[in-house]
Amino acid sequence: MGDTAPNSYKTLPDEAGRFGIHGGRFVAETLMPLILEVEKAYITTKSDPGFETELLYYQKHYIGRPSPLYFAPRLTKHFDGAKLYLKRDELNHTGAHKINNVLGQALLAKRMGKTKIIAETGAGQHGVATATACALFNLDCEVFMGAEDVRRQKPNVDRMRLLGAKVHPVTSGTSTLKDAMNEALRYWVANPETHFYIIGTVAGPHPYPEMVRDFQSVIGKETKEQIKQAEGRLPDALIACIGGGSNAMGLFHPFLDDESVAIYGVEAAGHGIETGEHAASLTGGEPGILHGNRTYLLQTKEGQIKDAHSISAGLDYPGIGPEHAWLHDIGRVNYVSATDEEALDMFHLCSRLEGIIPALEPSHALAFASKFLPSLDKDKIVILNMCGRGDKDLEAVLPLLEARSKL
Amino acid sequence: MSNRISQCFAHAKADNRAVLGIFVSAGDPSAESSAAILDELVENGADMIELGMPFSDPMADGPAIQAASLRAIKKGMTLAGTLDIAKSFRARHPDTPLVLMGYYNPIYIYGKDAFITDALAAGVDGLIIVDLPPEEDSELCDDARMAGLSFIRLVTPTTLGHRLPVVLEKAGGFIYYVAIAGITGTKSAAKETINAAFTRIREETSLPAVTGFGIRTAEQAAEIAHISDGVVVGSAMVSIIEQACAEESLDTEKLVNSVGTYCRSLSEAMKRS
Repeated sequence: MGDTAPNSYKTLPDEAGRFGIHGGRFVAETLMPLILEVEKAYITTKSDPGFETELLYYQKHYIGRPSPLYFAPRLTKHFDGAKLYLKRDELNHTGAHKINNVLGQALLAKRMGKTKIIAETGAGQHGVATATACALFNLDCEVFMGAEDVRRQKPNVDRMRLLGAKVHPVTSGTSTLKDAMNEALRYWVANPETHFYIIGTVAGPHPYPEMVRDFQSVIGKETKEQIKQAEGRLPDALIACIGGGSNAMGLFHPFLDDESVAIYGVEAAGHGIETGEHAASLTGGEPGILHGNRTYLLQTKEGQIKDAHSISAGLDYPGIGPEHAWLHDIGRVNYVSATDEEALDMFHLCSRLEGIIPALEPSHALAFASKFLPSLDKDKIVILNMCGRGDKDLEAVLPLLEARSKL
Repeated sequence: MSNRISQCFAHAKADNRAVLGIFVSAGDPSAESSAAILDELVENGADMIELGMPFSDPMADGPAIQAASLRAIKKGMTLAGTLDIAKSFRARHPDTPLVLMGYYNPIYIYGKDAFITDALAAGVDGLIIVDLPPEEDSELCDDARMAGLSFIRLVTPTTLGHRLPVVLEKAGGFIYYVAIAGITGTKSAAKETINAAFTRIREETSLPAVTGFGIRTAEQAAEIAHISDGVVVGSAMVSIIEQACAEESLDTEKLVNSVGTYCRSLSEAMKRS
């Protein structure tokens, strides 16, 4: 079945950038000409075989793709159910899936003749990936990061500075990722001629959700080939963590029309959904409009955006990509959640059983796997996106593990 | 309805002067003082009021208006509260145009139809919804226009090319020319740039056009009043409220007086022009 089949889940967004009621282009007039220009350039570029060749070159020789699909024997034994495979995107250059998208957008920016790049970052992974691509392609790089995150994620701030990026600590609003994104958009509006904004997740105004998904879909495409080679068939289920949802969209999208594959997205439940201190926009939010798109948002009953909470700075965002919102509405993907505490347990367990230190983000996916896999027969196959490595989290996690007598 | 807007511009034109529009955030620093501030503005030469509907994430606004929004939200201001302020303003000032300015999400959550009904009942003349470009007209613009609210469009330096007719197609009330590529209250535009922009805008529409974003001083206001049908001052006015709030205890009477004095200085400067 091709991508344009009428009963396909892969035909969206429409021309207005909609996924069902979600998505769209809710931006100020000051920004509108800019995103229309990006859209036009993206449409031209993605059908250019020269662009694909260039992207493939960097994916292979710079990022280190394809990333392995690894059968995790000890976690499989421990969970005592389905077979668990890990898609090892934490082995990418810069240590997470973020670079897949950044290289694509940076190459697009170059083709558009832009010389300066803007990015927002929460945990700093997208900021580091962007600073890396800018060093590689000789582009100026300005990264906007909540002042609170600048403090919490110092190693990544240092990496960005070493790579030549200018890091702007954002103190407006609540000084978190959502404010960093506001500030990056404001900066772009004031510098429209020279700058290109590389959004780090499958959110924002059209065409970003589509474009970022396309660049991340390399994850799912590789996975499909690799599992067929390893097992001779498609998996029974996919699992990925979700903040904005780019790693998940990248894994899920190539499988959306394979109805036999169950798909699970894991949001961050923070201290627990019932406490109100979480980052689970689908589970605990309502549709609304922020950062250029309609999607599920954590907000008050008056429509003011609330702060998200998660131990993982990468999931700490009050919204979610509009395509996830749509997949949730139509029921193609099941969205579940895992708490800070459950993620911490998995951070420790995966390190000890597989010798893989997972980032806190995929630790949430592992937390769902720990409950889900035991319920499945042993001949079932589940693939989890190991979308980032945990080195960046050690400073935050080690004292917590020590306090729980795990070290 | 939008009669108030067209009459306001017609009167100003007859007096050979530009309209002075003032932006303040509803509920900043409190609902009660908002009403007093609005009265003082009208008293001191404001021809038109742009009342900000506070939003937590005002993407197109600079630090001054962001802070104003947060102060108002912290004091409990809501969209319903904003409409109440509008309604009581209208009762006291039957002729002064009142435009609501803000972002779409609080309206979306309030409910489009309820919002249009309640805004009309409150005597609101027009809407400036920053994050609803023409591409999203089916969200609110089409129904709001049908009901008789003017949907006021922002025109920016980057809009002036082939995009201008798209933006003007359903524009109502007046055109709001954003003088700088940027957010509210930051840099200021050169007079020549504004001149060129107005030549272009007047080629395309007969609606009156005002200039805003980055106008801080009476001199700037006077200069732009030569070119533009109106001048909107927001961030600089809001900064006066911010300063008053930064003091140890808020002296509302003093604040209202400062707002009035500043408004009077703008209005006087524009009259001389």
